[in-house]
Amino acid sequence: MTIQLTHFSAAFVFALFASIVFGITHRETTRDMVRYGLYCFAMFLGGVLAAGWAMWLVRR
Amino acid sequence: MANSTIAKAKPAAEPAATAGLMPVIAPAVGWLIPGAGHIIQKRWIRGALLLISIGTLFVLGLMMQGHIYKANGGDILDILGFIGDLGAGGMYIVTLAMNGGQGAIAFAIADYGTKFMIVAGLLNFIAVADAYHIAIGKKQ
Repeated sequence: MTIQLTHFSAAFVFALFASIVFGITHRETTRDMVRYGLYCFAMFLGGVLAAGWAMWLVRR
Repeated sequence: MANSTIAKAKPAAEPAATAGLMPVIAPAVGWLIPGAGHIIQKRWIRGALLLISIGTLFVLGLMMQGHIYKANGGDILDILGFIGDLGAGGMYIVTLAMNGGQGAIAFAIADYGTKFMIVAGLLNFIAVADAYHIAIGKKQ
């Protein structure tokens, strides 16, 4: 069985699961875990979008 | 009198023995099955989330026809890929046994799949370290 993800959906899935693991392993309390996980997720996706727009500008 | 002293001492000795083994058992089990190191220390939700996250990343990598690295002494990137993959523990062993992960990385998504599996292994290394910290009492 194979699966074909788009570039963005692959980045989204990666960001989601990596953020969950980072949140759990890098913080002590549940509240801090959730906050750090959300922060990591936002940074991952923000980085993807920023890099995408940067490449679009370079291409112009 | 002496018997009652021994009877009182016994229950205290058992938790100490368990705590003594846990720093070894939890990382080993956690490496073999992602999240299991947390689950055997009664961190049910954390363990389940780690299992789902790392397991899904690895399986998605396989489904994207990613390549899995075997032990090798060649290119440095291949060696690093092997170390990353090895972190997935039981999933890596089962995949090798089933002759999976033989993708040729002929297109971009397959390359993403390869990275997914390597990152799943590396994330499991972090989870193993976390399980160890819980076992030694450094983390709750």
